[in-house]
Amino acid sequence: MIRFVAGRVLWAIPTIFVVSIAVFSMMRMIPGDPAAVMLGDLATPDQVAAMRDQMGMDAPIIVQYVRWIEQIVAGDFGRSILTNDPVLPLMLERFSVSASIVVLAVLFATLIAVPAGMLAAWRQGSFVDIGTVGLATLLLSIPSFWLGLMILLVFGLYLKWFPVIGYVSFATDPWRAATFLVMPVLTLTLVEIGVIIRMARASAIEVARLEYITHARAKGLSEAAVMWRHAFKNAFAPTWTLLGLILGGLLGGIAVTETVFTLPGLGRLLVDAIYARDYPIVQGCILLISAIYVLVNLIVDLCYPFFDPRIAR
Amino acid sequence: MSNQEQPLPVLDVRNLSVEIGRTGRKVVDDLSFAIPSGEMLAVVGESGSGKTMAARSILRLLPVPLHVAPASRIFFDGDDLASASDKHMRKVRGGKIGMVFQEPMVSLNPSMTIGRQMAEAQRIHLGLGRAEIRDRSLAMLERIRIQNPEKCLAAYPHEFSGGMRQRIMLASVMLTRPRLLIADEPTTALDTLVQRDVLDLMAELTSENGTAVLLISHDLGMVSHYVKNVVVMHSGRAVETGPARNVLVSPQHSYTRRLVDALPKRTEGGARDTSADAEPLLELRDVVVDYPGRGGFFMRAEPKRVVKGVSLTINRGETLALVGGSGSGKTTLGRAIIGLVRPASGSIRYLGRELLNESAAAMRDLRKDVQIIFQDPYSSLDPRQRIGSIVGEPLLLDKEMTPPARRARVEEVFLDVGLDPDFMRRLPHQLSGGQRQRVAIARAIVRNPAFVVADEPVSALDMTVQKQILHLIRKLQAKHGFACLFVSHDLGAVEQVADRVAVMDNGNIVEIGNRDDVFDNPRNAYTKRLLDAAMLLDRKFAGAA
Repeated sequence: MIRFVAGRVLWAIPTIFVVSIAVFSMMRMIPGDPAAVMLGDLATPDQVAAMRDQMGMDAPIIVQYVRWIEQIVAGDFGRSILTNDPVLPLMLERFSVSASIVVLAVLFATLIAVPAGMLAAWRQGSFVDIGTVGLATLLLSIPSFWLGLMILLVFGLYLKWFPVIGYVSFATDPWRAATFLVMPVLTLTLVEIGVIIRMARASAIEVARLEYITHARAKGLSEAAVMWRHAFKNAFAPTWTLLGLILGGLLGGIAVTETVFTLPGLGRLLVDAIYARDYPIVQGCILLISAIYVLVNLIVDLCYPFFDPRIAR
Repeated sequence: MSNQEQPLPVLDVRNLSVEIGRTGRKVVDDLSFAIPSGEMLAVVGESGSGKTMAARSILRLLPVPLHVAPASRIFFDGDDLASASDKHMRKVRGGKIGMVFQEPMVSLNPSMTIGRQMAEAQRIHLGLGRAEIRDRSLAMLERIRIQNPEKCLAAYPHEFSGGMRQRIMLASVMLTRPRLLIADEPTTALDTLVQRDVLDLMAELTSENGTAVLLISHDLGMVSHYVKNVVVMHSGRAVETGPARNVLVSPQHSYTRRLVDALPKRTEGGARDTSADAEPLLELRDVVVDYPGRGGFFMRAEPKRVVKGVSLTINRGETLALVGGSGSGKTTLGRAIIGLVRPASGSIRYLGRELLNESAAAMRDLRKDVQIIFQDPYSSLDPRQRIGSIVGEPLLLDKEMTPPARRARVEEVFLDVGLDPDFMRRLPHQLSGGQRQRVAIARAIVRNPAFVVADEPVSALDMTVQKQILHLIRKLQAKHGFACLFVSHDLGAVEQVADRVAVMDNGNIVEIGNRDDVFDNPRNAYTKRLLDAAMLLDRKFAGAA
């Protein structure tokens, strides 16, 4: 078991390392000169060259990379070219907004969709099943920005239950901060429910056919005990993987939802930085997003033996 | 109650019919039988005969579209289970009637410890507390000779072999001392030695507790050793009922006769003697195969030695049977010969050419001469490829062959293996197990190989189909003259096709010789044990037949 954990953790390191190389070289390949962007339209070529020199952009690319990595290992992600703010605190602040929405949405979606999928599977072919599958398909086919706009329209503009624009941090006013989160969380929950239901149902149907389920019934267990004690843990493993992928993907920023609800999240920070050629922020964000992705999936992997003891060998 | 009076049977099934949905089609049709207290009865039939559904309907465990027809009566200790409430059924299940399933690999929950799975039925039906459950479970595990019962309780099913799991399942079912045990093909997935072991244990445990047994099986020869009465089922109906001995020795119904006829017998004319040939087709010397061990991140993997220096020869046109229990290394050796696994050391010479030094390209070239037939006809054929193209695929390697010539060759092979050429357009799932195995054989012989490895080619098939396939292999061999390495744990099958027999145990060949010598005068202790177990299962009454 310890070996399994250590192995997985050690494998995460080279993954992040490879990602850092990819991020760094990709940024150098995007056309556009950040020095020129920073100085504006009126800069002379001499001024741009001086700026490039100051930013260390004339050094060989390997040297630039090594310098960058050294700084990051020391916790220094650099400063924004545009605002000169330090990148790390900025990213973490924006990340906390995205993360609170995403974690809540995925949690709610799981709590609703997994039992719904299991029940649908258990009554395969019944009205409950057909209704659940229909709902899942419907939710899957609605684009998230449209759903977000409709929610905004109904709950924000007509009913006026929640504030439509802006954001207040939790530190300032927790209650008001929560009101800003309701609609984005609802949108994202609905969007993710569809896919989770489908996965939960499919894997529960798989498991329901297996002999140990019949064996559990033959022991005299009630249907509920068969379903939750015997089927659930075995059927949940594929859904668990899916949840890791969803969570990892969403934590990297939900740019569309953040844009619809005008929230200062990580996704919007990244998109804005790309337009502005703000290298330090883009590099920092992508590295952070990859690290989160790797980390989330690492945690998912580490939990796997709980669902399937055959894995931890 | 006086002694002369017939005691009330534990289970009395009357006019049981099982229907599919509302179609009115019946998978079990008007089946009646009774089991007296403490006795064993076997329901015997091949796949699709309805025997499993009949057994499941007793506990109301039928898969969804199936249901018991209204007129059926299932009396258990006087109560009619066919009309009992769900609540009553849950009391009966696991408490008064225990059930053991066929596949030990999938009938225990992989994510639950053995201890918890053993505890469930005791908690529900006996209402015992934790400590008592633990004590009883430990005592039972000890009783069935599991080493280190404490550790077993905390272990998960995958940590045990198939035979062990089947014993554990049996033990956990017997913990509630049921009045009736339903055993659905409890040993079909196990090899001969383990089969006998599990069945003996079952007989022992049930007779200790006075438990009646309903044994479901496809193996008439095997059940005859354990039960008093048998019911032979064919397409949903009971075609013959009576004492096992009578059914075996003088079967009345034509289907039963076919079933009895399919019991393994030695082929007439005896084994062919091919050893006189000058040059052997294949010569193995000191072949060693290792499997990589499971290493850690920093630890070097310790390889596991599966084949420990095997030497043997195979002559042109002969069938050498490689016999052994699971884990003996026989399958690995077969795979090493055709190059699917690379030996760690030793030499494999094919017509004098050393295979282990050959390049990958040369090996590919050689493959046309050497083919394999796998055990499971369900997973060895690509489900999305048509039969004709599966069989014709090896011919694509021959660049000079034109499509019409290829088609003609496939058709020819189809006829050779007894398949209708019209089947070419079908997909594997549209064929029966036996037909699929014919397809696998056709694929193996389509390029006229000189050598075929058949890895347990009949162990997934019904008895009557087994017989046909074995007959087919022998016929094809006579016609085309290929040599065959017949890997099997089933001595009955081996006896029907082998010219020579090599017995493998724990990675070594422990005995090798002509079939009749090995079968009639086994010298090695392991061979004797294997033969004992097989004799017991297959030939109890065969001499009398």
